[in-house]
Amino acid sequence: MTDQSTEATIKAQSPLSEAWNMFRRNHAAMAGLIVLCLIVLGAIFGPYLYPGQPFEMAWAPFSPPGVDGFLLGTDYLGRDLLAQIIHGARVTLIIGLSAAIVTVVIGVTIGALAGFYGGLVEEALMRFTEFFQVLPTLLFSMVIVALFGASLPMITLAIGLVSWTAVARITRAEFLRIRELEYVMASRASGASGLKLMFRVILPNALPPIIVQSALMVGSAILFEAGLSFLGLTDPNVISWGQIIGSNRQYILESGFTVTIPGLAIFITVLAISLVGDGLNDALNPRLRQR
Amino acid sequence: MDFIRTIATRLFYAVALLLAVLVLNFTLIHLAPGDVADTIAQSMGGADEEILDRIRADYGLDQPFLIQLGSYMARVLRFDLGYSFFYSMPVTELILQRLPATLLLVFLAQLLALIVGVVLGVISARRPNGILSHFVTFFALFGYSAPVFWTGILLLIAFSLKIQWFPVAGMRDVTLIGGFWAHFWDVARHLVLPVITLSSIFIALYSRLSRATMMETLGSDYVRTAKAKGLSTRSVVYKHALKNALSPVITLAGLQFSAVVSGAVLVETVFAWPGLGTLAFQSIIARDTPTILGILFFSALMVIVGNLLTDFALRAVDPRMRGRG
Amino acid sequence: MEPLLKVENLRIELATRAGVAPVIDDLSFELGHGENISFVGESGCGKSMTALAIMGLLPERVGRIASGRIIFNGEDLTKANEKRLRDLRGNEISMIFQEPMTSLNPVYTVGEQIAEVLREHEKLGKAAAHNAAIELLDAVRIPNPKGRVNDYPFQMSGGQRQRVMIAIALACKPKILIADEPTTALDVTVQAQIFDLLRDLRREFGTSIIMITHDMGAVAEMAERMIVMYAGRKAEVGPVKQIIEHARHPYTRGLISCVPHIMADPTFEREELTEIPGIVPGLGEFGQDKCLFSERCSMAVDKCLRARPPEAAFANGQSAACWRAEEV
Repeated sequence: MTDQSTEATIKAQSPLSEAWNMFRRNHAAMAGLIVLCLIVLGAIFGPYLYPGQPFEMAWAPFSPPGVDGFLLGTDYLGRDLLAQIIHGARVTLIIGLSAAIVTVVIGVTIGALAGFYGGLVEEALMRFTEFFQVLPTLLFSMVIVALFGASLPMITLAIGLVSWTAVARITRAEFLRIRELEYVMASRASGASGLKLMFRVILPNALPPIIVQSALMVGSAILFEAGLSFLGLTDPNVISWGQIIGSNRQYILESGFTVTIPGLAIFITVLAISLVGDGLNDALNPRLRQR
Repeated sequence: MDFIRTIATRLFYAVALLLAVLVLNFTLIHLAPGDVADTIAQSMGGADEEILDRIRADYGLDQPFLIQLGSYMARVLRFDLGYSFFYSMPVTELILQRLPATLLLVFLAQLLALIVGVVLGVISARRPNGILSHFVTFFALFGYSAPVFWTGILLLIAFSLKIQWFPVAGMRDVTLIGGFWAHFWDVARHLVLPVITLSSIFIALYSRLSRATMMETLGSDYVRTAKAKGLSTRSVVYKHALKNALSPVITLAGLQFSAVVSGAVLVETVFAWPGLGTLAFQSIIARDTPTILGILFFSALMVIVGNLLTDFALRAVDPRMRGRG
Repeated sequence: MEPLLKVENLRIELATRAGVAPVIDDLSFELGHGENISFVGESGCGKSMTALAIMGLLPERVGRIASGRIIFNGEDLTKANEKRLRDLRGNEISMIFQEPMTSLNPVYTVGEQIAEVLREHEKLGKAAAHNAAIELLDAVRIPNPKGRVNDYPFQMSGGQRQRVMIAIALACKPKILIADEPTTALDVTVQAQIFDLLRDLRREFGTSIIMITHDMGAVAEMAERMIVMYAGRKAEVGPVKQIIEHARHPYTRGLISCVPHIMADPTFEREELTEIPGIVPGLGEFGQDKCLFSERCSMAVDKCLRARPPEAAFANGQSAACWRAEEV
């Protein structure tokens, strides 16, 4: 009895562990994962370990990196740049993650409904999706933030509202493919309800490309937030990497590092996420695996 | 006949999309917190009653919602996008002043990205393990991951401040006196960095895709046929393989118009390029709602036109597309 | 008279994951002017590689000619440079492929794809090449050639596309046409039409044809001589009629018995229709010093496992690489 159930668990885990083995052998993806873990750990524990305060004037403005005891120098108000980067990491990562969740929830819902029901529902939802694709994402989110206020939840919502179309398209395509497969037909024939079919039968099988896209979405949401903050559409009381760049932008003549360093932080983070996403794609995509 | 009907369908569809953008615009103003007239007049830092009345009359704010919507759409279709109190001029006029600069930037960036992306893709597809192929992979990752405004600032620091090859900002040197060509070269010099910055994202995308599609077409049966015909390598690669590899790249480029316009907002802000992007940035700081909504409308229009052009380009490249509606 | 094409001790090596494998191992044959020979064998026996080697189109970085000579009209093609090979391809030696559905370029009209080869080799002008393309479409019996010349491949059926491929191949009146499984992907009725067409065109143009196939029926219909290939080696060679009457290699016998209707004498009391048991060995097993067919052979003896059999020649022009050829 126990033997059987252990065997069942091992079998159930094997696709996942197979994907993990695949992922582990991809050096670039593993490097990305390690860097990403370091960044996340830094964002969580950094503020407790590093004494510098992000909003206090600590020294003369534009002190270059490494001079006067400030590893990354000071910004235009003489604030410790390293402290800002460490504290900004939290906001940047939280917005990136939560905006990606909003994106995936909207995208999967719309894509699943369109792909599952087909016909008029699909037609209407895909027209709706195309409509959102026509609006330049950044401008649209600028308008939302400008009209409804630059609070963190609103920024998160705005990013989610404008970037779900890719997820919806992928989900729909997967649902269209999977709903014709035999086991779905079998569940349908045995009288499973629409909701159960959608979320218990089809969705789990549609997950691999959605997971990959979601991972990449975190990266693009971080870029998005950075763009908005760079344009000044941000909560001035909360610090994020994009905001550091935006507020120091006028002073690149005096001290480029106040802009290039936080930019580098964004670049490295998003690069790490892209590498992980690519690795996930190779590990989870069975068609690629066969090649 | 089929062709005309297809065009008609596409145009009808494009107009429907534009109307939908208008409905969205209008809904957004109404959903925004506070009185609509106040929202619109925010840019004045507290408008007097006379102006608020003018806005209320302009937007018919005493009417029911649907009638307001109808009259708003009727006005926009007569190219009346409202009045910018911040700039003291009609929004349409304001946008039309800035539109050429943005069109120039967006068009050149897409063109450069397509050409460079496809060339890199073709070369690296012919040598999948060569140095250039690895460079394309690396460059693609860079293009995905670097914030475009950061790339712009890096280029600006390197090529305008350290080595002073290109001007720091703007579109032309206002002190320049000279003939057409002098002005032409002046604008061209100002264009270099913004265009390179904006295209960097898309070069990455297009080179990666065209590398993949070229590798596929180079291994295809019809390329083998072309070789068996004794055609030159150039003809095999560029006539037979490339034309087939182009369709997916063009399709992708068509999907990017919205992203290109978004990127243009950031790039224009970095380089103080006098287009719609800087206008959007300034209007947001000034809380100039009619201008922002007007820009959203015009940029959607640009994307829709871009999609139409993509559609026609695809038909030109791939005969199989022509039969479809 | 010198034969048109003479292949001597050809060895082609393929780089595989397991190492280098000889897909063609010591192959020699001759092709006369206007002659029609067939290569027969199951898939994976190296037939297509021979064809690609003659065309100089072995897959880059994967396949190479390790030794041997391919002499066409007195010229060794293994030593010719790429420019010279390009001049010959599609001009003196042409090839048609198994997959008519994918072998034509989908984004150019069929007329352009025919005219192109004429512009390349015959240096025809645009208009002349276009007109020649219409004539060629007529020659391969496509109805209304003037109207169809501007069609794209996707507007044609599989049989029509293969006709277009034949038109391209014959455009420059080549001395040799290599047809690699030309009808495998087509319906049976269309197959017969394509064979008819090839026979007629051969009479008209005097082209020698090398047909590659796994179908004994097709060989019986088309060729004068056949070469049976097994695992990269020549198993048997000889006039088609004689081989069908009396095969000297157990493998050939097996192939023939798969096709009931080509038995030389229908009333002949024959063994039951059998497929050959087992499968073709993998590339990794090619090149060993033994008879590679021995594992599937009902007549195999100890010797077959120890040494590669030499060719046993018979007075009637047949020869078979089998230790027990006399007894078969």
